[in-house]
Amino acid sequence: MKKSTNLAVVLTITAAFSGGILAYFDSFTSKRIADFQKEEQKKSVQFVLPGSVSSETKIMNDQEFFIGKDKDSNIVGVAFVASGAGFQSTIKILVGMDPIMQTIIAMKVIEQAETPGLGTKIVNDLTNKTNPNWFTKQFEKLNVASGISYVKGQKPTKPGEIQAITGATVSSKAVVDLLNVSITKSRKIFLKSGVK
Amino acid sequence: MVTRKFTLWKEFAKGLWDENPILRMLLGCCPTLAMTNSATNGFSMGIAVIFTLISSSTIISLMRNLIPKEVRIATYIIIISTFVTVVDRTMAAFLPDISKAMGPFIPLIVVNCIILGRAEAFASKNTVGRSAIDALGMGIGFTLTLTFLGSIRELIGAGTIFSVQIMPENFIPWAVMILPPGAFLMLGLIIGAVNWLNAQITKKAAH
Repeated sequence: MKKSTNLAVVLTITAAFSGGILAYFDSFTSKRIADFQKEEQKKSVQFVLPGSVSSETKIMNDQEFFIGKDKDSNIVGVAFVASGAGFQSTIKILVGMDPIMQTIIAMKVIEQAETPGLGTKIVNDLTNKTNPNWFTKQFEKLNVASGISYVKGQKPTKPGEIQAITGATVSSKAVVDLLNVSITKSRKIFLKSGVK
Repeated sequence: MVTRKFTLWKEFAKGLWDENPILRMLLGCCPTLAMTNSATNGFSMGIAVIFTLISSSTIISLMRNLIPKEVRIATYIIIISTFVTVVDRTMAAFLPDISKAMGPFIPLIVVNCIILGRAEAFASKNTVGRSAIDALGMGIGFTLTLTFLGSIRELIGAGTIFSVQIMPENFIPWAVMILPPGAFLMLGLIIGAVNWLNAQITKKAAH
């Protein structure tokens, strides 16, 4: 056999063998991975839309909306993913809002890689032992009809105001900004669609 | 028989200390620096590497007389990436939380120099049994180092080891230790300590 043919044959056989193994593994892992992702999404939607027992996914203007319904199939609220640049990573937040999109019901940070110990306080503040999720909790039942703004080092007084994290103003501001942009945009799409 | 057993043991033990991939050969530093921000992450990374290392070393050793030397690296990479993909998919399916924490570093095992290094330097020249034992030793050496490094960084950087609170309540964690600079600082200190220890051992042996 010529040298070059030999090289091609060995590589082809190795690659075919490898393809076979991968196809076999994919056959029993892909379903589990997809199921797990679906399960996690369902849990997150239920977290930001408490009281919903089922959710319907609707894609409008290239954006996904999860419409949460209670057991009598009344709309509890609508959830969507808001994302934007944080201090050093992309922050993705699942936001649950009332059906007229005026008030945030709850929200959950689903993806971030901010500075550990500082920016990560947007998810979990370990220095606050009694209430480590205080930052995201501030957004619960927050009226956002005229946008969200933040204050530093003092308790918020006006509606739509939240307190920024000391030492992580950039991350706090990023969350506020990405919510403002995303809520305005989603509100327009959702209210126009007339889903009730 | 006695000598054979002895050399097999030597093949295994060299990965733990004398030829420890990280502390002595400084191979595979990318996952070492990136994945030791907690003991759990370091340990999981080590296990993933042990599996890939043993599987690929065994297969490469089996095929060592079939692979033409012109395409050996390409063949090794195909074999290694197959096993890495298997680990990646299996972890995503069965250990989703760990898989999420490791992010892109599992697929990156493909280019981990320890694995290609063992394939090229050992598995391609030795029998299957020896290659597997060499891979096991190297893998365990790697895992122990990563777990140790991860434990220290997690202890100082978050006050916990394997997420169990160790430091007293009022301890303020040094966040820098779980950030990238902490990895460099700690790895440097550990390698320094190991070198010092080795120098002491050689001195003693010379006397």
